[in-house]
Amino acid sequence: MSVAQAHAFDAETRLANRKRAKAGRTVIFKIKRCDGPGKPDRWESFKVPTEPGSNVISCLKWIAAHPVTTDGQRTSPVVWDSGCLEEVCGACTMVINGRVRQSCSCLIDEYAPEEGDTLTLEPMSKFPVIRDLWVDRERMFQALRRVKAWVPIDGTYNLGPGPKESPEQQQTRYALSECMSCGCCLDACPQYLKEEDPKDWDTAFIGAAAISQVRLFNEHETGKRLKADRLEAMMGPGGVSDCGNAQNCVKVCPKGIPLTESIAAVGRSTTIHAFTRFFRGK
Amino acid sequence: MAEQRVIVVGGGLAGLAASVRIAESGVPVDLFSMVPVKRSHSVCAQGGINACNEVARQQGYSEYEHFDETVYGGDFLADQHPVLEMANWAPKIIDLLDRMGVPFNRTAEGFRDLRLFGGSLFKRTHFSGATTGQQLLYALDEQTRRYESEGKVRKYEFWEFLWPVTEGEGDEKRCVGIVAQDMRTMQIRAFRGAAVVMATGGNGLIFGKSTNSVICTGGAAARCYQEGAWYGNPEMIQVHPTAIPGADKLRLMSESARGEGGRVWVPRKKGDTRRPADIPESERYYFLEERYPAYGNIVPRDIATREIFDICVNEGMGVDGQNQVYLDLTHRDPDYLTRKLGGIMEIYEKFVGEDPRFTPMKIFPAVHYSMGGLWTTYTAGDYEPSEPRPGHKSGSSVPVDAQPGHGMTIGAPNNMMSNIKGLYAFGEVNFAYHGANRLGANALLSCIFDGLCNGVSVVNYIRDADTPGVDAVDQGVYDRFVKREQDKHDRLVASASNDSGDESRNPYLIAKELGDEMTAASTVVKTGARLEQALRKVAELRERYQKVELGDNAGWTNQSLSFARATGDMLILAEAMLKAGLLREESRGAHYRKDFPERNDERFYKTSIARYNPDTRSSEIEFAPVRGPLVKPRARTYGKTDSKKTDAKPAAQTAAAS
Ligand SMILES: Cc1cc2nc3c(=O)[nH]c(=O)nc-3n(C[C@H](O)[C@H](O)[C@H](O)COP(=O)(O)OP(=O)(O)OC[C@H]3O[C@@H](n4cnc5c(N)ncnc54)[C@H](O)[C@@H]3O)c2cc1C
Ligand code: SF4
Ligand code: SF4
Ligand code: FES
Repeated sequence: MSVAQAHAFDAETRLANRKRAKAGRTVIFKIKRCDGPGKPDRWESFKVPTEPGSNVISCLKWIAAHPVTTDGQRTSPVVWDSGCLEEVCGACTMVINGRVRQSCSCLIDEYAPEEGDTLTLEPMSKFPVIRDLWVDRERMFQALRRVKAWVPIDGTYNLGPGPKESPEQQQTRYALSECMSCGCCLDACPQYLKEEDPKDWDTAFIGAAAISQVRLFNEHETGKRLKADRLEAMMGPGGVSDCGNAQNCVKVCPKGIPLTESIAAVGRSTTIHAFTRFFRGK
Repeated sequence: MAEQRVIVVGGGLAGLAASVRIAESGVPVDLFSMVPVKRSHSVCAQGGINACNEVARQQGYSEYEHFDETVYGGDFLADQHPVLEMANWAPKIIDLLDRMGVPFNRTAEGFRDLRLFGGSLFKRTHFSGATTGQQLLYALDEQTRRYESEGKVRKYEFWEFLWPVTEGEGDEKRCVGIVAQDMRTMQIRAFRGAAVVMATGGNGLIFGKSTNSVICTGGAAARCYQEGAWYGNPEMIQVHPTAIPGADKLRLMSESARGEGGRVWVPRKKGDTRRPADIPESERYYFLEERYPAYGNIVPRDIATREIFDICVNEGMGVDGQNQVYLDLTHRDPDYLTRKLGGIMEIYEKFVGEDPRFTPMKIFPAVHYSMGGLWTTYTAGDYEPSEPRPGHKSGSSVPVDAQPGHGMTIGAPNNMMSNIKGLYAFGEVNFAYHGANRLGANALLSCIFDGLCNGVSVVNYIRDADTPGVDAVDQGVYDRFVKREQDKHDRLVASASNDSGDESRNPYLIAKELGDEMTAASTVVKTGARLEQALRKVAELRERYQKVELGDNAGWTNQSLSFARATGDMLILAEAMLKAGLLREESRGAHYRKDFPERNDERFYKTSIARYNPDTRSSEIEFAPVRGPLVKPRARTYGKTDSKKTDAKPAAQTAAAS
C-alpha cells in the first residue's frame, strides 16, 4: 500500500471493520524477522486467537508465550519494542500492512475483522534493525542535540516564574511539544534515507520531527536565545532545504503535528536569517 | 583521588531531575535506563502536578494545607517531614518547570491555569492538556540532553540494572556501584559509582494488567531488596478508580476527568438497558455525590475505588450487568473538553471507538501506583511543634511558613538514602511521601522534588570528607558481583535448550498466574484467608520458577531473558506485599481488610518494613513507629453522609480489574 492508499484507509473503514469483526476468530501474523545486524531476513507466520480489544502488542505477547509458527515449527519469541501501550511514548512503532504506525494502538478488530485475515509486521525501514521488529532510533535523539532542542535556562535555582504566555501561544507550542520521537514522519519521508554510520548523521537530511522542534523552541521567549544556532544548523547540509515537500510526513504523524507548517515556518526564518547574516557581512 | 561519578538508574521524572541537579553541581553522572529516557513511564501521566499558588492562597489555601491534605489523604502513614518540605517546594518547582518551557495551560490573561483534583477543595493542580507527565518529562529530557552535549551526563540507554555492588556488612554496608547489562549485545559489566540513585519507578506488572508501562516490574527495587535494602509499606498499592478495561493494559482515564466536572453514575434500576442519554437525571444514581456531598466525585482514589467496586460487585448495579460504571463528561462543552482533556479523550476514542464528548465513558478500577517502596531516611528540618498539631482549617493561620528547611535539612547527606550507605531511592520507587494512599497529582511532584532537592544530598554525600572514594575499592569486589550475574544469565540462557515443552515452566505463564492471583487477593478488598491462599500460590510459583525455561537462547537482544529474570524478582516482591498485608490487621488508605474494617492506630500507626532474609529466601516484616509526626492522626471520613459502611455487606473475592 502506498502512503496515499494507506491514508485512505481512514477512520470510517476502521470503525466499520470494528463493527463487523467476528468474535473469537483467529488471525494470521506474518512477521519479518532478523536475528541481528548483518543477519539475513526471513518471514514467519503465526496463528493467533483474538479477543475484543486485542491489539498488535497483545498478540505479540501471545506469540511470546506460544512461539510456534503456522508450520508447527518451534521458534524464538519475536522481539519488539514497547512502553506505554497508549500511544504516548513512541516506542512500539513498526510497519503494519505497509503503513508505519504504533502497534499498541493498532486494534485487530479494525485491521483484520474476518477469520483468517492477515496482518503483516515489518520493522521501520529507515533505522538499523537491532533484532526482528526492534530498531535503533538514536539518530533521532542526535538530531535533537544537533538543533539544541532545549530552553537555555540559567540553572535550577529558584528564580521565579517563566515568561507569561497567551492561551493561543500555549496551544501552538503544546501541539508541537507532543512529538514523541516515534519516527513515523521519517520512515515515510522520501528524502530521509537510512544511515547506519553515526558519522553521517549530522550531514544527512534531519527530517520533519527535528525541524518542527526548531520551530517549537524558537517560539519560546527564552528558547529564542539559541535561535541563531538552530537556524545555522537548518542552513547546513541536511537542513530544511533538503525537504522535497512531499508531505508524507504530516499524513502519518500520529499526533497530528502540523509538520508542513513547521517546515514552511522554519524555511522562512532560515531565509531571513541568511539575509541578515549576509548584510551583516558575517 | 580520581573523579567521583554518580550513577542514576532510571530516566523518568525522578532520575532526570536528579541527573540535571547533580550535573549542575559539577559532578558527572552515568544515567542508566532500559528505554530511551524520553520513553520512560512518566510519559503516561495525564492529569497534572500539585502546588499551592496565588489564587488558591488568596482563597485560604497554603503550602501547609497541601502538606496537611497529603498526610490526611495518605491516612497518616507518610513520613511527615519530607511531605512538609515537598509541599513547601512545590510552587518553586512549578516556576522552574515553567522556565524550562513546559506548555502549562493558560488563563485568558496568560497565567498558569489550574484544575481541581481528588482530595482537595482548592484548585491547586497545574496541567498541560491531559499529557502533563509527557510535557514535564520532555522538559527534563531536554535539560538532560543539554548536559549530555556538554559531556556532564553519559547516557546508557537500553541498559538494564542487574544488581547494586556493595561492600561491608550491616550498618557499614555501602553501595559502590552497579552491575548492568546491555540489552542488545547482552554484555554484563560493573560500573563504579560514588553513590547510586535508584529512580526506577513502580511495579504494576506484579498485578499482570495495570495502568503502568510494560517495564514497570519492580525488578530493580527487588534486586536492591535482596541485597539488603529495606522495603517500606509493600502492602500499600493504589487501585485507581477509573480505567478502561483492555486486553493488554488497563488504560487510565485521569482523575482530571472528574476534576473538570466528570460525574460518576449508574442507572438506578438494575439491568436498565436504555442508552445512557435516554435515562433521565432522576433515574441516575450519582453515588459519589450522594454519599460524599462535600467532595462528591473528587473523593480520594481509595474511596472512589471501593465505592465503585461496591456498586458493581456487591450491589450488582454495574452498567449492562458488568463491572463498569459511567464516567460522564457529556454535559461539558466539547471544545472545552478538547482543550483541557484532549489527550485522554483521544485515548478513549482510539481504544474504545466511542467519543466521550458525546457518550459517557465506561470505566472500572485498575492497579495504578505503589505507595510502598525502598525504605529511606532523612534529617528533619527546624520545624518542631511542641506536640503534633490537630488538622488544619482552610484560611486559619499556618503554624509554619514555606521557607525551605523546615521539613528536612536541605542537603543532609542521608536525605532519601536507604539503609545501605550511598544507595538512594527517588520517585515512585521511594516509600516516604504518600503513606497508605497517594493523592492525585502528587506523584509527579514527589519525583521532581526528590531529584531537585535530594540530588543536593547525593552531591554532599560524595563530597563529604568521611566518605571514602570508590576508586580505592578492590576490583575483586566488582568482579564477584559480575560473575554472579553472568552465572545467573548463563543458567537462564541454557534453560532454553531443555525445551521440555512443559508449559508450567514458561516465564510468561508464571508471570500471568502471579498477576491474576495478586489482583484477586491483594487489591481492593483483602481478607486474611485470601492473603494466606495467595502466599501459598506464590510459594508454588517460586517453586516452579526454579525450573523456569526460556523460549529463546539467543546471545543477542534476548528479551525473554530480561523478562524471565524480572519474573523471579516480582515473585519476591509479591511475597513481601502479601505478608505485610496479612500482618496489617486493620484498614488504612488503600489497604482494606474486610475482616478488620477499621483503622487501628494503637497497633498499626506504624510503617511496615520488609527485610529479605537470604538464608530462608523469604521476607520478614517488622512494624516500626511512624517517625516524628507533625500532625496528629484524625478520623479520615471525607464527610461521608451514609454511616452505613460499605463493608457491612459481603464483598465477593473477585478480581478488581480482570
Ligand atoms: C497512566 C498514569 C497516569 C498518571 N498520572 C499522574 C498524574 O496526572 N499526576 C501525578 O502526579 N502522577 C501521575 N501518575 C504517577 C506518575 O506518573 C508516576 O508515579 C511517575 O511518573 C513515576 O516516575 P519515576 O521517575 O519514579 O519512574 P518512571 O517514570 O517509571 O521511570 C522509571 C525509569 O527507570 C528505568 N528502569 C526501570 N527498571 C530498570 C532497570 N532494571 N534497569 C535500568 N533502568 C530501569 C526505566 O527505564 C525508566 O527510565 C500516573 C501514572 C500512570 C500509570
Ligand atoms: S514534506 Fe519534507 S519532510 Fe515531509 S515527507 Fe516530504 S520531504 Fe519529507
Ligand atoms: S513529528 Fe509526529 S511522526 Fe514525527 S516523530 Fe514526532 S510524533 Fe512521530
Ligand atoms: S507502546 Fe508507547 S506508543 Fe505504543
